[in-house]
Amino acid sequence: MIEFRSVGKQFADGTRALADFSLTIPSHSTTVLVGPSGCGKTTLLRSINRMEDPTEGQILIDDHDIARRDPIQLRRSIGYVMQHAGLLPHRRVIDNVATQLRLNGVPKAEARRRSSEMLETVGLGSSLHRKYPSQLSGGQQQRVGVARALVHDPNILLMDEPFSAVDPIVRAELRDELLRLQQELKKTIVFVTHDIEEAFALGDQVVVLKTGGEIAQVGSPVDLLARPAEAFVEEFIGLQQGGRRLRVQDAYGRRIVVDEHGRPAGVLE
Amino acid sequence: MSLLQETLAWFSDPAQWSGPTSIPWRIVEHIGYTFFAIVAAAVVAIPAGIYIGHTGRWRKLAVLSTGSLRALPFLGLLTLLALWLGIGPLISIIALAILCIPQLLAGMYSGIDAVDPHAVDASRAMGMTETQIILRVELPLAMPVILGGLRSAVLQVTATATVAAFIGAGGLGRYIIDGLALRDTPRVLGGALVVVLLALLLDGLFALAQRFGARLAYPAAHTAPAVNVLAPSPSPNSRRTTHDQPPTHNS
Repeated sequence: MIEFRSVGKQFADGTRALADFSLTIPSHSTTVLVGPSGCGKTTLLRSINRMEDPTEGQILIDDHDIARRDPIQLRRSIGYVMQHAGLLPHRRVIDNVATQLRLNGVPKAEARRRSSEMLETVGLGSSLHRKYPSQLSGGQQQRVGVARALVHDPNILLMDEPFSAVDPIVRAELRDELLRLQQELKKTIVFVTHDIEEAFALGDQVVVLKTGGEIAQVGSPVDLLARPAEAFVEEFIGLQQGGRRLRVQDAYGRRIVVDEHGRPAGVLE
Repeated sequence: MSLLQETLAWFSDPAQWSGPTSIPWRIVEHIGYTFFAIVAAAVVAIPAGIYIGHTGRWRKLAVLSTGSLRALPFLGLLTLLALWLGIGPLISIIALAILCIPQLLAGMYSGIDAVDPHAVDASRAMGMTETQIILRVELPLAMPVILGGLRSAVLQVTATATVAAFIGAGGLGRYIIDGLALRDTPRVLGGALVVVLLALLLDGLFALAQRFGARLAYPAAHTAPAVNVLAPSPSPNSRRTTHDQPPTHNS
């Protein structure tokens, strides 16, 4: 469980990113922080592994205040996937994946064996393991990024818009892959995105943020659709534009779901 | 006898090939000055360059001061130091070191500065210490640029070390300075030729070293192409060539 208690963050230049932010992120499920740019979602994510330190309040992981933990040790215990895969161009794929294991003192041979297994798990065959990152496609690089973040079996996986730099088809593929992995692994995932579709697809809990890190609503995707707390949420999740206001029409004896412009969206079973 | 023949005669004189004023010995002296000047400059430039490149602090000051150091006339600097501290090889080496600090420093900080910030950020997020980031990520990736800076520094010091003879030091400059004083043109020409050859040779060696550095930093560019050559590879490094080097400058 990750707990934010009245967390605030003011940068050295006086800009305020967060004020009095409180949130509980349950274990073994996926929490998505979603909001427009400048809502502080990345700052929130990066304060969990102390890449940013809040200026006020506390963050607790399993009831322990992380401010008292050594940031290096804390980071080594957490998985982190970023938008640009951030792979080391001078190291082979398999050694990129092994990085955190090696930092944690795992012997080289074992680190490579586990890295190889993890690469297979994320769908990268052994022919790619000895290549360099620049020889891989963008989607493959992101898979390496995911493997690298999971290989040391962390409890917590932080994902900062990990799929937003790849094309929509690959994005959908990676999203399905993550859902499949999560069913097996049951990690505590904190996922940041500005894409509400991605939030609904991945999140057990979705946190809608407004500019300045203010929480507009926390709930499951169903909660948000059925009971949006305020106009901002309605607009952000697309209830006002009509993209999500669906109707049923009869056609040839079947029930067709159409959007508010009358365009078919699917068939009701 | 033509100048060319006279120069050839100068080269073939057995006196040039043995003893403490011989060409081989002058070459050793010359390389020695160059070596110690580069080492002395590196003692300053490497830690300073790593600090500036890694933290981004003092960057403006570094750009400004390396720029003004480059504008420093070497002969003026040498004369000033000689008047202040006396003459001899040590003073020459100090002056040469001051001369090449800008190249080395610029190579260090611009090389580290140009490393993909996402790779550095990811390394930190995985739990690398700052030292590990410098040693395992920044320095290997900056190596082609750093070696480029070293290469231009070596070239410049090799060329400029001839002037050291002006304050009584040895090296290949002796032939040129003495030759000018004695109006012995073949000697001047012979000395100049050896300096040129030495500079070209060293530059060639460092060009090889630079290629090696590029291989270290971007090994993928030197191995067989990927099977999936049609796949996009949005590597943030692709905009950089592997032979980046700071602008050279010869005073």
